Amino acid sequence: MTAITMTSAHRNPHLAVLDEAEHEGPAPKRIVTGYGFWIFLLSDMVMFSCFFAAYAVLLGQTAGGPGGAELFNLRNVALETGCLLASSFACGMASIAAEVRSHLWFQIAMAVTCVLGLAFLSIEFHEFADLVARGAGPSRSAFLSAFFTLVGCHGLHVSGGTLWLLTMMAQVFAKGFRADIQRRFLCFALFWHALDIIWVAVFSVVYLLGSAA
Amino acid sequence: MSDVDLHREPDLAPGDEKDVSVKFRVLGYLTGLALAILLTATSFFVAGTDLVWQPSIPVAIIVLAIAQMGVHLVFFLHITTGSDNTNNVMALAFGLLIVFLVIGGSLWIMANLSHNMMPMDQLMQMQR
Repeated sequence: MTAITMTSAHRNPHLAVLDEAEHEGPAPKRIVTGYGFWIFLLSDMVMFSCFFAAYAVLLGQTAGGPGGAELFNLRNVALETGCLLASSFACGMASIAAEVRSHLWFQIAMAVTCVLGLAFLSIEFHEFADLVARGAGPSRSAFLSAFFTLVGCHGLHVSGGTLWLLTMMAQVFAKGFRADIQRRFLCFALFWHALDIIWVAVFSVVYLLGSAA
Repeated sequence: MSDVDLHREPDLAPGDEKDVSVKFRVLGYLTGLALAILLTATSFFVAGTDLVWQPSIPVAIIVLAIAQMGVHLVFFLHITTGSDNTNNVMALAFGLLIVFLVIGGSLWIMANLSHNMMPMDQLMQMQR
Protein backbone atom coordinates (compact mmCIF):
# COMPACT_ATOMS: atom_id res chain seq x y z
CA MET A 1 0.00 0.00 0.00
CA THR A 2 2.76 2.41 0.93
CA ALA A 3 4.70 1.28 -2.10
CA ILE A 4 1.78 2.27 -4.33
CA THR A 5 1.48 5.74 -2.78
CA MET A 6 5.19 6.22 -3.07
CA THR A 7 5.19 5.38 -6.77
CA SER A 8 2.17 7.53 -7.52
CA ALA A 9 3.77 10.41 -5.68
CA HIS A 10 6.92 9.79 -7.60
CA ARG A 11 5.05 9.88 -10.89
CA ASN A 12 3.26 13.10 -10.07
CA PRO A 13 5.49 15.48 -8.10
CA HIS A 14 2.74 18.15 -7.96
CA LEU A 15 0.55 15.79 -6.00
CA ALA A 16 3.38 15.27 -3.52
CA VAL A 17 3.71 19.03 -3.07
CA LEU A 18 -0.01 19.38 -2.46
CA ASP A 19 0.16 16.59 0.09
CA GLU A 20 3.07 18.28 1.80
CA ALA A 21 1.26 21.61 1.96
CA GLU A 22 -1.82 20.01 3.44
CA HIS A 23 0.09 18.51 6.32
CA GLU A 24 2.01 21.65 7.23
CA GLY A 25 -0.64 22.68 9.71
CA PRO A 26 -1.60 26.23 10.62
CA ALA A 27 1.04 28.96 10.45
CA PRO A 28 2.72 30.01 13.69
CA LYS A 29 0.76 32.52 15.75
CA ARG A 30 3.36 35.24 15.19
CA ILE A 31 2.77 35.09 11.42
CA VAL A 32 -1.02 35.05 11.74
CA THR A 33 -0.99 38.00 14.16
CA GLY A 34 1.49 40.02 12.12
CA TYR A 35 -0.40 39.35 8.90
CA GLY A 36 -3.73 40.33 10.43
CA PHE A 37 -2.23 43.54 11.72
CA TRP A 38 -0.68 44.20 8.32
CA ILE A 39 -4.19 43.96 6.80
CA PHE A 40 -5.42 46.47 9.40
CA LEU A 41 -2.56 48.84 8.55
CA LEU A 42 -3.40 48.63 4.86
CA SER A 43 -7.03 49.45 5.61
CA ASP A 44 -5.78 52.39 7.68
CA MET A 45 -3.82 53.55 4.65
CA VAL A 46 -6.98 53.25 2.54
CA MET A 47 -8.71 55.49 5.09
CA PHE A 48 -5.89 58.02 4.84
CA SER A 49 -6.15 57.89 1.06
CA CYS A 50 -9.76 59.11 1.41
CA PHE A 51 -8.55 62.08 3.45
CA PHE A 52 -5.81 62.73 0.87
CA ALA A 53 -8.40 62.62 -1.91
CA ALA A 54 -10.63 65.07 -0.01
CA TYR A 55 -7.66 67.37 0.59
CA ALA A 56 -6.61 67.28 -3.07
CA VAL A 57 -10.16 68.04 -4.23
CA LEU A 58 -10.59 70.93 -1.76
CA LEU A 59 -7.10 72.37 -2.28
CA GLY A 60 -8.32 75.42 -4.19
CA GLN A 61 -11.42 76.11 -2.04
CA THR A 62 -9.87 78.71 0.24
CA ALA A 63 -13.01 80.92 0.34
CA GLY A 64 -10.86 84.03 0.03
CA GLY A 65 -8.79 82.91 3.02
CA PRO A 66 -5.10 82.09 3.17
CA GLY A 67 -3.67 79.24 1.07
CA GLY A 68 -0.90 76.78 1.81
CA ALA A 69 1.97 78.90 0.53
CA GLU A 70 1.37 81.68 3.07
CA LEU A 71 0.55 79.39 6.01
CA PHE A 72 3.16 76.64 6.03
CA ASN A 73 6.53 77.00 7.72
CA LEU A 74 8.82 74.49 6.01
CA ARG A 75 11.48 74.72 8.71
CA ASN A 76 9.01 73.31 11.25
CA VAL A 77 7.98 70.59 8.81
CA ALA A 78 11.62 69.59 8.27
CA LEU A 79 12.06 69.36 12.06
CA GLU A 80 8.92 67.23 12.38
CA THR A 81 10.12 64.96 9.58
CA GLY A 82 13.51 64.55 11.26
CA CYS A 83 11.88 63.67 14.59
CA LEU A 84 9.59 61.06 13.08
CA LEU A 85 12.32 59.52 10.93
CA ALA A 86 14.74 59.24 13.85
CA SER A 87 11.99 57.80 16.05
CA SER A 88 11.23 55.19 13.38
CA PHE A 89 14.92 54.25 13.42
CA ALA A 90 14.93 54.04 17.22
CA CYS A 91 11.87 51.81 17.02
CA GLY A 92 13.84 49.53 14.68
CA MET A 93 16.61 49.37 17.27
CA ALA A 94 13.99 48.42 19.87
CA SER A 95 12.83 45.55 17.60
CA ILE A 96 16.39 44.21 17.47
CA ALA A 97 16.73 44.58 21.24
CA ALA A 98 13.44 42.72 21.71
CA GLU A 99 14.64 39.87 19.53
CA VAL A 100 17.90 39.45 21.41
CA ARG A 101 15.96 39.98 24.67
CA SER A 102 18.06 42.81 25.99
CA HIS A 103 15.93 44.66 28.57
CA LEU A 104 18.28 47.62 28.91
CA TRP A 105 18.61 48.37 25.19
CA PHE A 106 14.90 47.79 24.64
CA GLN A 107 13.94 50.37 27.27
CA ILE A 108 16.55 52.88 26.03
CA ALA A 109 15.47 52.56 22.38
CA MET A 110 11.77 52.81 23.31
CA ALA A 111 12.43 55.87 25.49
CA VAL A 112 14.21 57.56 22.57
CA THR A 113 11.33 56.60 20.26
CA CYS A 114 8.87 58.09 22.75
CA VAL A 115 10.78 61.36 23.25
CA LEU A 116 11.09 61.89 19.49
CA GLY A 117 7.40 61.08 19.00
CA LEU A 118 6.46 63.61 21.69
CA ALA A 119 8.76 66.22 20.10
CA PHE A 120 6.92 65.67 16.81
CA LEU A 121 3.56 66.07 18.55
CA SER A 122 4.57 69.26 20.35
CA ILE A 123 5.82 70.90 17.12
CA GLU A 124 2.60 69.92 15.38
CA PHE A 125 0.47 71.18 18.27
CA HIS A 126 2.24 74.54 18.24
CA GLU A 127 1.75 74.77 14.48
CA PHE A 128 -1.99 74.11 14.84
CA ALA A 129 -2.33 76.56 17.74
CA ASP A 130 -0.48 79.19 15.71
CA LEU A 131 -2.76 78.66 12.69
CA VAL A 132 -5.90 78.96 14.83
CA ALA A 133 -4.51 82.10 16.51
CA ARG A 134 -3.94 83.65 13.09
CA GLY A 135 -7.60 83.08 12.21
CA ALA A 136 -6.82 80.12 9.94
CA GLY A 137 -8.61 77.46 11.97
CA PRO A 138 -10.48 74.49 10.51
CA SER A 139 -13.69 76.50 10.13
CA ARG A 140 -12.08 79.21 7.96
CA SER A 141 -12.35 77.42 4.60
CA ALA A 142 -12.94 74.01 3.06
CA PHE A 143 -9.22 73.85 2.30
CA LEU A 144 -8.34 74.36 5.97
CA SER A 145 -10.98 71.84 7.11
CA ALA A 146 -9.42 69.23 4.86
CA PHE A 147 -5.93 70.19 6.02
CA PHE A 148 -6.75 69.90 9.72
CA THR A 149 -8.61 66.62 9.19
CA LEU A 150 -5.76 64.99 7.28
CA VAL A 151 -2.81 66.22 9.34
CA GLY A 152 -4.77 66.02 12.60
CA CYS A 153 -5.75 62.41 11.87
CA HIS A 154 -2.09 61.54 11.45
CA GLY A 155 -1.32 63.40 14.68
CA LEU A 156 -4.04 61.43 16.48
CA HIS A 157 -2.46 58.21 15.23
CA VAL A 158 0.91 59.32 16.59
CA SER A 159 -0.69 60.22 19.95
CA GLY A 160 -2.35 56.82 20.13
CA GLY A 161 0.93 55.20 19.10
CA THR A 162 2.75 56.99 21.93
CA LEU A 163 0.27 55.60 24.47
CA TRP A 164 0.74 52.14 22.98
CA LEU A 165 4.52 52.64 23.17
CA LEU A 166 4.38 53.44 26.90
CA THR A 167 2.14 50.41 27.44
CA MET A 168 4.67 48.19 25.67
CA MET A 169 7.50 49.55 27.82
CA ALA A 170 5.51 48.80 30.96
CA GLN A 171 4.48 45.34 29.76
CA VAL A 172 8.01 44.32 28.84
CA PHE A 173 9.20 45.68 32.19
CA ALA A 174 6.55 43.77 34.13
CA LYS A 175 6.18 40.58 32.13
CA GLY A 176 9.44 40.24 30.20
CA PHE A 177 9.83 39.10 26.60
CA ARG A 178 7.03 36.51 26.60
CA ALA A 179 5.81 35.26 23.23
CA ASP A 180 2.53 37.21 23.47
CA ILE A 181 4.34 40.41 24.47
CA GLN A 182 6.71 39.91 21.53
CA ARG A 183 3.70 39.63 19.19
CA ARG A 184 2.22 42.84 20.56
CA PHE A 185 5.52 44.57 20.09
CA LEU A 186 5.75 43.30 16.49
CA CYS A 187 2.38 44.95 15.82
CA PHE A 188 3.46 48.16 17.54
CA ALA A 189 6.66 48.36 15.45
CA LEU A 190 4.64 47.82 12.26
CA PHE A 191 2.22 50.57 13.32
CA TRP A 192 4.99 53.05 14.11
CA HIS A 193 6.83 52.46 10.81
CA ALA A 194 3.55 52.70 8.87
CA LEU A 195 2.87 56.11 10.48
CA ASP A 196 6.20 57.29 9.13
CA ILE A 197 5.20 56.16 5.63
CA ILE A 198 1.99 58.18 5.90
CA TRP A 199 3.96 61.18 7.13
CA VAL A 200 6.13 60.96 3.97
CA ALA A 201 2.96 61.36 1.93
CA VAL A 202 1.77 64.20 4.20
CA PHE A 203 4.91 66.31 4.05
CA SER A 204 5.31 65.76 0.31
CA VAL A 205 1.73 66.32 -0.80
CA VAL A 206 0.48 68.81 1.80
CA TYR A 207 3.50 70.88 2.76
CA LEU A 208 6.02 70.70 -0.11
CA LEU A 209 3.48 70.73 -2.96
CA GLY A 210 1.40 73.26 -1.01
CA SER A 211 4.29 75.70 -0.69
CA ALA A 212 5.65 75.10 -4.18
CA ALA A 213 2.29 75.75 -5.85
CA MET B 1 10.92 11.70 -4.33
CA SER B 2 12.27 15.09 -5.14
CA ASP B 3 13.38 16.94 -2.04
CA VAL B 4 13.19 20.41 -3.58
CA ASP B 5 9.97 21.33 -1.84
CA LEU B 6 10.85 19.71 1.45
CA HIS B 7 13.06 22.69 2.17
CA ARG B 8 10.44 25.26 1.30
CA GLU B 9 11.06 28.41 3.31
CA PRO B 10 8.51 29.07 6.02
CA ASP B 11 6.58 32.32 5.68
CA LEU B 12 7.66 35.45 7.50
CA ALA B 13 5.44 37.77 9.50
CA PRO B 14 5.41 41.33 8.14
CA GLY B 15 8.14 43.25 9.95
CA ASP B 16 10.20 40.14 10.64
CA GLU B 17 13.57 39.52 9.06
CA LYS B 18 15.32 36.31 8.16
CA ASP B 19 17.86 35.08 10.70
CA VAL B 20 20.82 37.39 10.36
CA SER B 21 23.24 38.71 12.94
CA VAL B 22 22.47 41.80 15.02
CA LYS B 23 25.25 43.69 13.25
CA PHE B 24 23.60 43.21 9.85
CA ARG B 25 20.18 44.15 11.20
CA VAL B 26 21.51 47.42 12.59
CA LEU B 27 23.29 47.97 9.29
CA GLY B 28 19.99 47.41 7.45
CA TYR B 29 18.20 50.03 9.55
CA LEU B 30 21.14 52.44 9.13
CA THR B 31 21.00 51.99 5.35
CA GLY B 32 17.28 52.71 5.41
CA LEU B 33 17.79 55.77 7.58
CA ALA B 34 20.55 57.12 5.33
CA LEU B 35 18.48 56.61 2.17
CA ALA B 36 15.41 58.17 3.79
CA ILE B 37 17.38 61.23 4.94
CA LEU B 38 18.89 61.58 1.47
CA LEU B 39 15.47 61.41 -0.23
CA THR B 40 13.84 63.76 2.31
CA ALA B 41 16.64 66.31 1.99
CA THR B 42 16.40 66.12 -1.79
CA SER B 43 12.67 66.75 -1.82
CA PHE B 44 12.95 69.68 0.61
CA PHE B 45 15.76 71.10 -1.53
CA VAL B 46 13.81 70.62 -4.78
CA ALA B 47 10.72 72.31 -3.29
CA GLY B 48 12.57 75.54 -2.57
CA THR B 49 15.07 75.83 -5.39
CA ASP B 50 15.21 77.88 -8.59
CA LEU B 51 17.85 75.60 -10.10
CA VAL B 52 15.44 73.21 -11.82
CA TRP B 53 12.72 73.76 -14.38
CA GLN B 54 9.75 74.88 -12.26
CA PRO B 55 6.94 72.75 -13.78
CA SER B 56 8.97 69.61 -13.03
CA ILE B 57 9.04 70.27 -9.29
CA PRO B 58 5.65 68.68 -8.32
CA VAL B 59 6.46 65.56 -10.34
CA ALA B 60 9.91 65.35 -8.73
CA ILE B 61 8.41 65.67 -5.23
CA ILE B 62 5.86 62.90 -5.92
CA VAL B 63 8.53 60.59 -7.38
CA LEU B 64 10.84 61.21 -4.40
CA ALA B 65 7.97 60.53 -1.98
CA ILE B 66 7.12 57.22 -3.66
CA ALA B 67 10.81 56.24 -3.60
CA GLN B 68 11.02 57.05 0.09
CA MET B 69 7.89 55.01 0.87
CA GLY B 70 9.60 52.09 -0.92
CA VAL B 71 12.71 52.57 1.21
CA HIS B 72 10.60 52.52 4.38
CA LEU B 73 8.74 49.40 3.26
CA VAL B 74 11.94 47.48 2.48
CA PHE B 75 14.30 48.59 5.24
CA PHE B 76 11.92 49.27 8.14
CA LEU B 77 8.89 47.05 7.51
CA HIS B 78 10.95 44.33 5.77
CA ILE B 79 8.40 43.77 3.02
CA THR B 80 10.59 42.10 0.41
CA THR B 81 10.11 40.18 -2.83
CA GLY B 82 11.26 36.89 -1.29
CA SER B 83 9.07 33.80 -1.53
CA ASP B 84 8.57 33.93 2.24
CA ASN B 85 6.87 37.30 1.84
CA THR B 86 4.37 36.60 -0.95
CA ASN B 87 1.29 36.96 1.28
CA ASN B 88 2.45 40.30 2.66
CA VAL B 89 3.23 41.65 -0.81
CA MET B 90 -0.12 40.50 -2.22
CA ALA B 91 -1.96 42.29 0.60
CA LEU B 92 0.11 45.41 -0.04
CA ALA B 93 -0.66 45.24 -3.77
CA PHE B 94 -4.39 45.06 -3.07
CA GLY B 95 -4.12 47.98 -0.63
CA LEU B 96 -2.28 50.04 -3.24
CA LEU B 97 -4.95 49.24 -5.83
CA ILE B 98 -7.66 50.62 -3.54
CA VAL B 99 -5.55 53.67 -2.65
CA PHE B 100 -5.02 54.52 -6.32
CA LEU B 101 -8.69 53.93 -7.15
CA VAL B 102 -9.83 56.21 -4.32
CA ILE B 103 -7.37 59.05 -4.99
CA GLY B 104 -7.29 58.83 -8.78
CA GLY B 105 -11.05 58.29 -9.05
CA SER B 106 -11.90 61.20 -6.74
CA LEU B 107 -9.59 63.61 -8.54
CA TRP B 108 -10.84 62.53 -11.95
CA ILE B 109 -14.54 62.74 -11.11
CA MET B 110 -14.29 66.01 -9.19
CA ALA B 111 -12.14 67.67 -11.88
CA ASN B 112 -14.65 66.58 -14.49
CA LEU B 113 -17.55 67.90 -12.39
CA SER B 114 -15.97 71.27 -11.74
CA HIS B 115 -15.05 71.53 -15.42
CA ASN B 116 -18.67 71.00 -16.42
CA MET B 117 -20.14 73.18 -13.72
CA MET B 118 -21.15 76.75 -14.36
CA PRO B 119 -19.02 79.35 -12.53
CA MET B 120 -20.54 80.13 -9.15
CA ASP B 121 -21.39 83.79 -9.85
CA GLN B 122 -23.37 82.87 -12.98
CA LEU B 123 -25.25 80.26 -10.97
CA MET B 124 -26.14 82.91 -8.39
CA GLN B 125 -27.35 85.22 -11.17
CA MET B 126 -29.69 82.54 -12.50
CA GLN B 127 -31.20 81.90 -9.10
CA ARG B 128 -32.22 85.47 -8.65
